[in-house]
Amino acid sequence: MREPALSPELIDAHGLKPDEYDLILQIIGREPTFTELGIFSAMWNEHCSYKSSKKWLRTLPTDGPQVICGPGENAGVVDIGDGQAVVFKMESHNHPSYIEPYQGAATGVGGILRDVFTMGARPIAAMNALSFGEPSHPKTRQLVNGVVEGIGGYGNCFGVPTVGGEVRFHPAYNGNCLVNAFAAGLADADKIFYSAASGVGMPVVYLGAKTGRDGVGGATMASAEFDDTIEEKRPTVQVGDPFTEKRLMEACLELMRTGAVISIQDMGAAGLTCSAVEMGDKGGLGIRLDLDAVPQREAEMTAYEMMLSESQERMLMVLRPEKEAEAKAVFDKWDLDFAIVGETIAEDRFLIVHNGETVADLPLSKLASSAPEYDRPWEATPIPEPLADVPQIDPIDGLRALIASPNHAGKQWVYEQYDSMVMADTARIPGLGAGLVRVHGTDKLLAFTSDVTPRYVRANPEEGGKQAVAEAYRNLTAVGALPLASTDNLNFGNPEKPEIMGQFVGAIKGIGAACSALDMPIVSGNVSLYNETDGQGILPTPTIGAVGLLRSADEVIGCDVRDGHVALVVGETAGHLGQSALLAEVFNREDGDAPVVDLDTERRNGDFIRANRELIRACTDLSDGGLALAAFEMAEAAGVGLHLDDAPTEMLFGEDQGRYLVACNFDQAEALMIAAGQAGVPIQSVGKFTGDSVRIGGASAPLSELAALYRSSFAAAVA
Amino acid sequence: MRAAVIVFPGSNCDRDLAVAFGQAGFSVDMVWHKDDRLPEGVDIVGVPGGFSYGDYLRCGAIAARSPVCNAVVEHAERGGYVLGVCNGFQILTETGILPGALLRNAGLKYICRTVGLRVETADSAFTGGYGTGDVIDIPIAHHDGNYFADDDTLARLRGEDRVAFTYQDNPNGSRDDIAGILSANRRVLGMMPHPERAADPGHGGSDGTAVFRALAGVLQPA
Repeated sequence: MREPALSPELIDAHGLKPDEYDLILQIIGREPTFTELGIFSAMWNEHCSYKSSKKWLRTLPTDGPQVICGPGENAGVVDIGDGQAVVFKMESHNHPSYIEPYQGAATGVGGILRDVFTMGARPIAAMNALSFGEPSHPKTRQLVNGVVEGIGGYGNCFGVPTVGGEVRFHPAYNGNCLVNAFAAGLADADKIFYSAASGVGMPVVYLGAKTGRDGVGGATMASAEFDDTIEEKRPTVQVGDPFTEKRLMEACLELMRTGAVISIQDMGAAGLTCSAVEMGDKGGLGIRLDLDAVPQREAEMTAYEMMLSESQERMLMVLRPEKEAEAKAVFDKWDLDFAIVGETIAEDRFLIVHNGETVADLPLSKLASSAPEYDRPWEATPIPEPLADVPQIDPIDGLRALIASPNHAGKQWVYEQYDSMVMADTARIPGLGAGLVRVHGTDKLLAFTSDVTPRYVRANPEEGGKQAVAEAYRNLTAVGALPLASTDNLNFGNPEKPEIMGQFVGAIKGIGAACSALDMPIVSGNVSLYNETDGQGILPTPTIGAVGLLRSADEVIGCDVRDGHVALVVGETAGHLGQSALLAEVFNREDGDAPVVDLDTERRNGDFIRANRELIRACTDLSDGGLALAAFEMAEAAGVGLHLDDAPTEMLFGEDQGRYLVACNFDQAEALMIAAGQAGVPIQSVGKFTGDSVRIGGASAPLSELAALYRSSFAAAVA
Repeated sequence: MRAAVIVFPGSNCDRDLAVAFGQAGFSVDMVWHKDDRLPEGVDIVGVPGGFSYGDYLRCGAIAARSPVCNAVVEHAERGGYVLGVCNGFQILTETGILPGALLRNAGLKYICRTVGLRVETADSAFTGGYGTGDVIDIPIAHHDGNYFADDDTLARLRGEDRVAFTYQDNPNGSRDDIAGILSANRRVLGMMPHPERAADPGHGGSDGTAVFRALAGVLQPA
C-alpha cells in the first residue's frame, strides 16, 4: 500500500502543531514518512509526553526510605518489609470511556493491571474513582451503567478484588466523564522487573494477543478536546479481553521466574511504538523491528496501523537468547503468541522494516527525549469571595437531602457489581472507608483508598490539592494503617487556557506540600488533560490513590459499633461550610473557600489515632457532609441508632479538616480523652450510638427509614 | 487425604479453594486443564470458581469438554467426591454430572455480596457439619447463578433430598431458591456461593469452614 503524502491537514489531524512539525524536520533533517509522522504523533501527544505537565510534576516529592522505585516506570514500588514490595499506580481512561463506556472502562482496568504485573507483581487489589455528569443528563445513566459493568466485567474475570473507590456526579462532567483505575500488586522486593533494555543483539519478543486495528490513534484522541464529532471517534477505542489478560499475567509471572527476562514493557497507549522506544531509550540502545513477524489479527495491516494499534493484552520483552526455548514453552502452555519481532542494536535508531522495506528510521533517543516541553502560561485562581450567610436547617432534613443524593448515598449498587473478595484475602469490603487486603501468607495487611474533593480544588487549587492527600491519609489512618505512599491521577481541562493551567499548578503545589508533610511520596501517576467538551472543562480532579501498611491484624481498627458506644470527634470543629456537600445538595450553592488543611495538625491527629487504636472500636474520617453524615454512615453500617447532641448547622455539617469520628465504650472514651489531653489533641464527646432511631438534638427519624433511603437512592438516580 | 483442584486458564478461585482444603488438613494437587488424568489416590476433586475459558460460548461449556473434565467425570462415575463452586458448579452442570443449568442472573447484573443460605440437608459428606435448617452466611460472586431445571427435575431433587442449600433472600432468580445441589449418590456438590471465602476468621465470617471440615471427617483414613 502506498502511504499518503503529508499535508498540513494530515499533520494537524495528528495533533501536531506547526512548530512541533518544524521540530521534527529539524531533528531528522528531512520530511518524515507517513508511518514516521504517526510515530512522532504517538510519542509527542500530551498523553505520552506529559509536555504541559512535566515542569510541574518534577516538583513533587517522590523519595523516601520506603520507596524502591518512584515515577518513570510502569508503576511505583514501595517496601512493605520482609523482603516484599507493593507495586501500584492509578491511571485514567476518561476519553475512551465517554465514547464507549463498557470497553473504555474495561480496558482502563486492563491497562493498569498490566502496568502492575509488568513489574513482576501479582495484582492483589483494584479501585476506581469515577466522575459523571448530573444524574438527569441524558448520557449519564448509560455512562454509569456501561462504566460500572465494564470495570466489573474486566476485573471480575481477571480475578483481582476491587476493594474501594469513589463515585461522584456534577454538571461539569456532563461532557467528559472520568474513569480513574488503580491497581496494586505484590512482589518480592528483589525481583522487580524494569523496562530498560540491555545488551546489543538481544531478541525483542512480542507476547500476548494479536495486533488488530483497534485503538489506532487512541493516545492522540485522548489528548484532544471533544466536540460534536465524538461519535466518529468510536473506532479509536480498544476492545478488552480479560481472559487473555489473565493468561498473559500468569505467563509473564511464570516467565519471570525462569530468568529469561532482561526487560519488559507493556503495550499501552501508542502500543508497539511507545513500548519499544521506552525500552531502547532507557537502555541507551536502538531497536530494530520487523513488522512481518508481528502476530496480526487482521489481514493486510499497514506499518502505520501496527505501530499505532492499541490492541490490548500485549507485552514487549527483551529476552536472554539462551532461554528462548524455555520462554516459548511457557507461552505455548498458556496458548499465547510468542514471536521474536526484532533486536536491540548499538546505533541510536528506531528502525522499522515491513515487507522488506524500511518504513521508519528515526533517532530513537530524540524520539523519546526531544518531545517539546511547555512552560504554559498560568493564572492563579482568584481567592473566593467569603461565604454568604447559610441559614440554619433541621438537621434530619439536611441528612435526608444528603443521603437522597447519589453523591452521598450508599454505593452498594456499584460495588456489588465488582468481585471484592476473589483471592480470599479481603479483610474489609468497600463501603465505609479504606479497603483492606491481607498480604497472602503473612500477618500483614495493606489498606487502599482514593480521594479528592473537586469542589474544593476548583475554589482553591492549593488547599484542594492538600485536602485530597490529607483525606487519603485519614482514610488509611481510620482503619489503623500507616500511610506509605501515593499515586496521583491528575484530571484537568485544557492546559492551553491559563486559568486551567493555574488550577493544575495550584493543585500540584498543594499535593506536593501534603505528600511531604505526611510522608506519602508520589511513586507513580498519570495526567489527563483536555477534559473539555465544546470549551467546557471539568472540575479540576486530582485523584489521590494511597496505600497504607498494617503489620498485623491486631493493628486493624474494626467497624464494631455497639449499642451504648460513645461518639467522639477527634480534631477541632470550627464549622466551615464553604464548598460543603450540605451547601451543594441542600442549597444548590457552591460558594465560599475550601476548608484550610493544616498539615501539622493532620499528622498529629493521625498519629494520635494510630497510637490509641486499642481504645477505638470504630473510626471514620470526617469529610463530605461533616459529622452528621459520617455518624449516620457508621450507625447505618452497624445497624444501631444514633443520638447526636444538639448543635448549629455548621457544627453538624461543617467540613473542617483533620477530624475523625470514633466509637468506643464509656471507659475507653474516658481513657481516650485523657490521652488526647496529654497529646494536646482536641477531642469532644458528641453523642452516642443507641436505639433504633437517628436523633440529632430535637429532630429524629427511624434508622430503618433513613437506611432504606441511603441504600436505594443511588440506584433510583441512575439504574 | 488428598484433594485435587483443577486449574483452567481462567480459573481465579483455584488458590482460594486449595487454601481452604489445606486448612482442613488435605494435601492438595493443582491439576492443569490439559492433563487427561487425575493424580493417583485423589479423594476429592475441587472445581474452582472463575472464568474457566473466559466464559466464551456459555459459562463452563468449553471447560466441560476439556481433557481434564473427562477425568473428573470418570472420577465422579466411579463414586469419587467432587465439589464444584461457582464456575465449578456451572461446569458440573455442563458435563451432565449435575442436572439443570445456570442462567444469567434475573437482574442481569453481576452480584458480589454475602448472603444467607439455609442448609436443606445435613445428609452428605459436604453438609454433615451443619444441622438441617441452619442458616449460614456465605458470599456469592457471579453473573450467571440463576439455577434452572424443569419441574420434573426439581421434584426429583426435592424428593431425593438433593437440594443442599437454598437462598434466604433469592438474589438471582434461581428456581426454588436453589443455591446448591447434590448428585444422586450424594458425592458431588455444586454450589454458586463460595464457602472458601468464608473459611477463616480473617474473612469476616467462617461459616464455610464446616464444608471442608466435614469432608475431612468423612475422608479421613480410618
